[in-house]
Amino acid sequence: MVNRIFLFLILGSIAVFASGAIEGEVQKQALNVSAIVMFLLFVGATLGITYWAAKRTKSAKDFYTAGGGITGFQNGMAIAGDYMSAASFLGISGLVYLKGYDGLIYSIGFLVGWPIILFMIAEPLRNLGKYTFADVASYRLRQTPIRTLAASGSIATVILYLIAQMVGSGKLIQLLFGLQYEVAVILVGVLMILYVTFGGMLATTWVQIIKAFLLLSGATFMAVAVMAHYDFSFSSLFSHATELKGESIMSPGGLVSDPISAISLAVALMFGTAGLPHILMRFFTVADAKEARKSVFYATGFIGYFYILTFIIGFGAIVMVFQNPAYLDSAKAAIEGGSPILGGNNMAAIHLSHAVGGDFFLGFISAVAFATILAVVSGLTLAGASAISHDLYASVIKKGNVDSMKEMKVSKIATVALGIVAIIMGIAFEKQNIAFVVGLAFAIAASANFPILFLSMYWKKLTTRGAVIGGSLGLATAVLLVILGPIVWVQILGNEEAIFPYKYPALFSVTVSFVAIWFFSITDNSQNAKDEQEAFEAQYVRSQTGIGAEGASAH
Amino acid sequence: MEKELVEKIKANPDYQTLLQRRGGFAIKLTIAMLVVYFAFILTIAFDPALLGTRLSPESVTTVGIPVGISVIIFAFILTGIYTKRANGEFDDLTNKIKESVKEN
Repeated sequence: MVNRIFLFLILGSIAVFASGAIEGEVQKQALNVSAIVMFLLFVGATLGITYWAAKRTKSAKDFYTAGGGITGFQNGMAIAGDYMSAASFLGISGLVYLKGYDGLIYSIGFLVGWPIILFMIAEPLRNLGKYTFADVASYRLRQTPIRTLAASGSIATVILYLIAQMVGSGKLIQLLFGLQYEVAVILVGVLMILYVTFGGMLATTWVQIIKAFLLLSGATFMAVAVMAHYDFSFSSLFSHATELKGESIMSPGGLVSDPISAISLAVALMFGTAGLPHILMRFFTVADAKEARKSVFYATGFIGYFYILTFIIGFGAIVMVFQNPAYLDSAKAAIEGGSPILGGNNMAAIHLSHAVGGDFFLGFISAVAFATILAVVSGLTLAGASAISHDLYASVIKKGNVDSMKEMKVSKIATVALGIVAIIMGIAFEKQNIAFVVGLAFAIAASANFPILFLSMYWKKLTTRGAVIGGSLGLATAVLLVILGPIVWVQILGNEEAIFPYKYPALFSVTVSFVAIWFFSITDNSQNAKDEQEAFEAQYVRSQTGIGAEGASAH
Repeated sequence: MEKELVEKIKANPDYQTLLQRRGGFAIKLTIAMLVVYFAFILTIAFDPALLGTRLSPESVTTVGIPVGISVIIFAFILTGIYTKRANGEFDDLTNKIKESVKEN
């Protein structure tokens, strides 16, 4: 039965794809045959993996954590696959292309959270949790309020992130494959639902691993091709780039203009990374703390290497794409002047792939960009579905009295629902300015998820009251300050001046969260609070030693 | 976990050694990462021209390039140092604690 539905959905999604491809031709978009062939190969391979994974996904534990049997190296690759989204590949190389050095500053911010996760979070998280980070946050606190809050934080982060990915994917696919925007969004949504509902974490993990491998290989090839052009001399690459764009690209520009913004961005990226539910969930896929540490080590290596590549790729685009008539958007140039490139600055890496490797390599990188989106949305959706089924359904509504099969079924329903929400949001937000969305997701992760998680691991005096009030205030502050800030209040709502002057609210919202958690915990004199503080010792021993922790299931 | 077991582990000198060594090590490395990153980001905020200084008069490459790349490599090396020590020394200690609990 399951297999038949599966087959039907595969055929359905290919039909959607094929009809879209024909329409693309009608619309006189450049139909990229090699891109479509490579993309179909990727989809075919990943659906094959999903079929294989579906047969091995029998319990809730398999569904949420791939049975806990992923190795540190595989998980490190999958984490990198989760983290290196199309937005960071195209966005950061586009930022380097546009502003040079500022792109490097931005990517460094995304990297430095990883060592902190390793030193502070990874081990206790693995030792205390089962499926979601709410397991850890609610370990000794009251289940209902803490899980509700943690699940809200997770779902908010996931949906915001999904909107950004869906809108980005629709536009990218429209541009690369000549598909209609809506068709592209639906295609991404349907494939993601297939991977996650049938293959669970096992399929999601392998989709991420394959995608990370393809992305790193493609980016390496581009960077090497650029460097080979300059006899592997950075100074000749840089001097050619400065001849075209001026020397300002070699120094910090306007990305962080004042100290408050600089610190606030740093706080958002650092603590936000440590509060992203889809990233935290990956730590439950490995057998023990040892593998969890290895995961972060490999992930940091892959991600750091990737950011160095995007820096080279951005500069490569300056020398090979900028002012190259082949990539000039002449219609736009006629109106606005300058030398804008087709599809905007975020297409710099895509054009560079054509410049160094022709149509074939352009097809490869386009397919990789699509694969990247699919992998990231799958991870996000799985994390969101787990928050709904494991935290809200099994723990809050059923108070833990639910069998694993029923819980898994709810997870699958939640996956389909989230997929549909993602498709609708993706279509609804097509023409909206979504520049604030990822920033808001990071701000919520940093202000609501991270403080509760961190303090529940290390601070004995934390109580349910403190966590709920502080976490909620952190979340509310983050949302409010983003609304009152320059992007939403001025750029989107069209007001003259921002009420809150900074683009990044994290410094303030994280502080509010920590202070409120502290205050409402230490003033909590209830019996419940005393019990929770007393339960800390046992939790701490387990978090530090792993004694009593969940192991891998034997397959 | 039962109270007895918790007390027993807490009384184990290996457990105390583990907490002291690993905790101290993790905090030192965290501080190292924070100091390096905030030094970098605050330099950009307060004195962006500093990172824009040329490495040598005839090269357009600025000080900021090797500094930025070094921050990335530094972060990776820190995770390597921690993982190596934790997966060796600290896990050995943890296993000793686990053995001592198993015995009775």
